[in-house]
Amino acid sequence: MMTTLVRRSLGSAWRSSSVLSVNGVDARQASTIPNVKEEKNLEGRALYLDAQSTTPLDPRVMDAMMPYSVAYYGNPHSRTHSYGWESDDAVEHARKQVANLIGADAREIIFTSGATESNNISVKGTARFYKSKKKHVITTQTEHKCVLDSCRVLEGEGFDITYLPVKPNGIIDLKELEAAFRPDTVLCSIMAINNEIGVKQPMKQIGEMCRSRKVFFHTDAAQAVGKIPVDVNDMKIDLMSISGHKIYGPKGIGALYVRRRPRVRVEALQSGGGQERGMRSGTLPAPLVVGLGAACEVSQQEMEYDHKRISALSERLIHKITSELPDVIRNGDPDETYPGCVNLSFAYVEGESLLMALKDVALSSGSACTSASLEPSYVLRAIGAQEDLAHSSIRFGISRFTTEEEVDYTAEKCVHEVTQLREMSPLWEMVQEGIDISKIKWTQH
Amino acid sequence: MAAAQVHRMKMLSLYREMLREAQKFTGYNYRMYAVRRIQDAFRENKSETNPELIEGYIKKAQDNLPIIRRQATISQLYTEPKLVIESDTAKKS
Repeated sequence: MMTTLVRRSLGSAWRSSSVLSVNGVDARQASTIPNVKEEKNLEGRALYLDAQSTTPLDPRVMDAMMPYSVAYYGNPHSRTHSYGWESDDAVEHARKQVANLIGADAREIIFTSGATESNNISVKGTARFYKSKKKHVITTQTEHKCVLDSCRVLEGEGFDITYLPVKPNGIIDLKELEAAFRPDTVLCSIMAINNEIGVKQPMKQIGEMCRSRKVFFHTDAAQAVGKIPVDVNDMKIDLMSISGHKIYGPKGIGALYVRRRPRVRVEALQSGGGQERGMRSGTLPAPLVVGLGAACEVSQQEMEYDHKRISALSERLIHKITSELPDVIRNGDPDETYPGCVNLSFAYVEGESLLMALKDVALSSGSACTSASLEPSYVLRAIGAQEDLAHSSIRFGISRFTTEEEVDYTAEKCVHEVTQLREMSPLWEMVQEGIDISKIKWTQH
Repeated sequence: MAAAQVHRMKMLSLYREMLREAQKFTGYNYRMYAVRRIQDAFRENKSETNPELIEGYIKKAQDNLPIIRRQATISQLYTEPKLVIESDTAKKS
């Protein structure tokens, strides 16, 4: 019974792989369970325009990682043999590569599993270490879920948290930040680039305000490092979270910058062998660490080139869509922004329907972490977007590997589908007739 | 002058070889990127006359060539389905 099943499924795998690819084996068929029924899509695979959720691995990064997955497998913490030393050398080289990108010292870099862990260590770890003296943390309403949830945990432990509002352009008001400081403020956590609307916060000013008040400044720079210049000394950053898979590196690796002078101390969340200066115990995944290092080095070399290109593609996309469609709103400040993240609201169109209609482009209506829920994005609500506009938003993410053809295809499809959806919408019809729908009383009671 | 000519020959042959290898990426995005990046890099430094800088560029190209070769080979071992726009262009041509 078992053998026939296996044979049958292997047989189908054979057949479908020969259909799908001529030279090689389809990547999914090569390694995964063969009897998973796959959707036959004759038109081809969807285009990838969701660079904020994750980016493809750069082949240069892959090339750096490969030897540490196949040949040099030693534990970097092994001190007694050459296997350990080889891996340790590679890890320390990667640490330097990460440090170089952000203008830090290699000793200030801690490897973690990703930006979520880095954010958790920064927010909870710092607050807990200084809890006997200081009990207040400042953050913003548009932070990533992992920062907000860490703050909620701290609230449960008796800390006071200030959730700063943002202006309609998504940027914080520095005066409000100034007013939020208290003598017992320990930490201020503000993200560098927002993952949903792409706005840049005034890092340097925030850093200076924090330093002058002896408050630690943590920034979640998962979307910023490697894409825009970030210098921890220039911006007076004390703690910074970095993610590997947002900069064309591997998934499952990130880093945390922890300043040495003036020293920032954190309470570890994880107990163990005391690796990474005791802040993050656990064996380092040498291949992933090497990958993160390589991704940082490539990003540093390519930053200018990538930025120029992504800006041009971004402009092309926005122009193509807005020149043909009325009532398209760009969320977030149009100037103080990372161009690779374009968040548009299409009025009178439901975002989820548009995503369904645009099935051959991989897009998202916001953060991947919350894409399972139908709630409108809290980031869009924080910038004051109306419920209906928050529901009709789509995030376009442009990466190093995006092409003009992909942008054109996406823009054309988008214009076409939005026009169609609007034609079907009674709201759109009413607006065209000049009825102000915000004044309509929808319910009788 | 002779050195400059040697450099030029070296550059051109590296350029051609890198482009040929980059074409072998099976994934659309990697292939397009590799070709574009190589072309842009060579064009950008086409009129460079400083021999030291040229040596540096040659070294960099020589380092990158085997990377492209290896990664293009891997991409042939683990292929991905063609993208919608690839089949579209196939239909048109």
